[in-house]
Amino acid sequence: MTNSSAVLNQKSFYEEGNTKAKSGLAAWIFSTDHKRIGLMYLSAIAIFFSVAAIIGIFMRLELISTGKDLMDAQTYNTLFTLHGVIMIFLFIIPGIPAVFGNFFLPLQLGARDVSFPRLNLFSFWIYITGAILVLLSLVLPGGPIDTGWTFYIPYSVRSGTNISLAIFAAFVLGFSSILTGINFITTVHRLRAPGMSWFKMPLFVWATYATAWIQIIATPVIAITIVLVIIERLFGVGIFDPSLGGDPILYQHLFWIYSHPAVYIMILPAMGVVSEIIPTFARRTIFGYKAIAISSLAIAFVGYLVWAHHMFTSGMSDTARWIFSLLTFLVALPSGVKVFNWVATMYKGSIDPKPPFLWVMNFIFLFSIGGLTGLVLGSLVTDVHLHDTYFVVAHFHYVMFGGTGTIFFAALYYWFPKIFGKMYNIKTANIGVALFFVAFNLLYFPKFILGYMGMPRRYYDFLPEFESLQFVSTVGSWLMLITLILIIWNLMHGILRGRKSESNPWGGVTLEWHTSSPPPLENFKVIPEVKHEPYDFSQLEDMKND
Amino acid sequence: MLSGPTKHVETADAVMLYIVAVSVLLLIGITVTMIYFVFKYHRKKGHKPVNIHGSVLLETIWIVIPTLLVLSMFYYGYTGFRDSRIFPDDSMEITVTARMWSWDFKYPNGKVSDTLYVPVYQPIKLLMESVDVNHSFYIPSFRIKEDVIAGKINYLGFTPEEVGDYDVACAEYCGLNHAFMYTKIKVMPGVEFYAWYEKSGEVKVNDEKTEGNIQ
Repeated sequence: MTNSSAVLNQKSFYEEGNTKAKSGLAAWIFSTDHKRIGLMYLSAIAIFFSVAAIIGIFMRLELISTGKDLMDAQTYNTLFTLHGVIMIFLFIIPGIPAVFGNFFLPLQLGARDVSFPRLNLFSFWIYITGAILVLLSLVLPGGPIDTGWTFYIPYSVRSGTNISLAIFAAFVLGFSSILTGINFITTVHRLRAPGMSWFKMPLFVWATYATAWIQIIATPVIAITIVLVIIERLFGVGIFDPSLGGDPILYQHLFWIYSHPAVYIMILPAMGVVSEIIPTFARRTIFGYKAIAISSLAIAFVGYLVWAHHMFTSGMSDTARWIFSLLTFLVALPSGVKVFNWVATMYKGSIDPKPPFLWVMNFIFLFSIGGLTGLVLGSLVTDVHLHDTYFVVAHFHYVMFGGTGTIFFAALYYWFPKIFGKMYNIKTANIGVALFFVAFNLLYFPKFILGYMGMPRRYYDFLPEFESLQFVSTVGSWLMLITLILIIWNLMHGILRGRKSESNPWGGVTLEWHTSSPPPLENFKVIPEVKHEPYDFSQLEDMKND
Repeated sequence: MLSGPTKHVETADAVMLYIVAVSVLLLIGITVTMIYFVFKYHRKKGHKPVNIHGSVLLETIWIVIPTLLVLSMFYYGYTGFRDSRIFPDDSMEITVTARMWSWDFKYPNGKVSDTLYVPVYQPIKLLMESVDVNHSFYIPSFRIKEDVIAGKINYLGFTPEEVGDYDVACAEYCGLNHAFMYTKIKVMPGVEFYAWYEKSGEVKVNDEKTEGNIQ
């Protein structure tokens, strides 16, 4: 293992770059260092998340009472579209893989970088290009898109807004996703440290690996679909638009053949982070390593076969409906396996509930609600009632924000000392977790009830009977805003003014903790040799004595 | 819950109750166990961690039991849905036309209205088509909806069993006034319905506001 006293005097990757420029912007934007690229993604993604969150706050303000409160219907329709497009395509799909996958995949594998560092930088620039195209679609004549992030045809063919440009942006972003996936898969296959067999890889690596396969295989479907929509819009060729002889249901199939697996692109890496955090803070080996690793692959595979559960009321055949309902229930099982194994990992551990662990506890509760309400939506007779209502909105916010979003914060709080070599305020962090829990449930739980009462989604206005719950939800959004400010402020303050952290404050044993914090350029002085299982805490003593 | 203006409401709510009950039990089980472990095995108490690598028995249990549970959920969901897709031979067929942003209902005798009038206890079969973008015909009180799409006829069936007025919403986003695309379904006693139905000449009935309760 790397000698940690010897690396103390080593320059960190902040001090030593691999570009011609020694400092300044050029040392970052031309850097092929996976760590710098990860941090550039983090900056970009943090901005997009904030923008989309603020859009969400404005939507909630409009929905505080019946009638017009703040904006007209067209503005509202534009805002919920932008909220969805930015959150999904610019935050949550790239999210954890682009930031933490980039930063930690090579470190956890004991590699000096990803397999194709220049391709990695290229992926980042494609991502930025896609993001700029999205922004352009907002300001160019024609106006910001108003179709919902699903771009359902025929509406998206008829809308006069900048649809072609916006979906072309999604097309471009897809390439970033595909290239990152290729890079990660190759890295996992080729750059594992000596001794690291497949079943000695950390579970975050497994999750990122399974995700990368979905990125490669599913993303081309949306790319093809987008090209077809653009051809239809520009040249009037009938593919999906019924008035030209096309089939709008075909569009929905193609859209969800990508977009459902994309849901697993969003959640699988988060599950990987959970499998890192729990063993570290319970200081014991993970329960059911193989079950967790293989369930990631199972989710990635079965996740391909359930897309039409988004279409139970679309008018497809009743036979297709029950087949997809059955398959949908099956995809719940590997997620359940993970949750049970995580909780079992706490059994007879030595648990130190520091902020990252508290975030994970938040996650297990919120994600379980998200997953279990997914069963209500997988069942045909109940989905027919709840489809396209607030129940669905609540469900996917519990899974995506309560799940992936929560874990994005967990990962930041877990790897913060590794990335920045500093520490945030622990007490403030604990308060942040508690506030987040209250704000989240206040904001989203009323939506389950609203949906059951029959409140359809994407509504600018609503019937008087929904008003009190809508009001509660809006109050929740204010508390959420305060919480997010606190959480992010704590991190920013930690980066700028935080006290210096020791190299391994949590006592982690996966390879990223075997080098200095922040890591040097090319990560390891000597590539470590792996003799232990990934979560074998008996090596902790040796690591300290080194 | 468990009683309503159609038999289907009872079925749908019973399945909902079943899944939610199982889910709440699972959620409480997971959460309580987790919190218990965190207190019981807190590091301050000086526990020596025990490295348990797994248990084939436990993995089997928590695959098999959830499998049985979800299969039962699937089955009840499926049968409830299947029954709602049986259209009796004596159904009254009403053609529904959706457009941005209103509904038209055409009855077997050619009469047209913008509110849906139906006689109580009469099985209804809706033949629905859109003239423009996608819509979705949704009666929350009846727990049913089906998308309404251009170039394709979708079906929806129900048998109302309680006289009254119920909201009909559009559930598929359809542009500017999507949130205002409400109408009503009026379930009437047979006599009253046929009095209205046989009245000739008038094609539109606008005896009250039909755009839902939104002002």
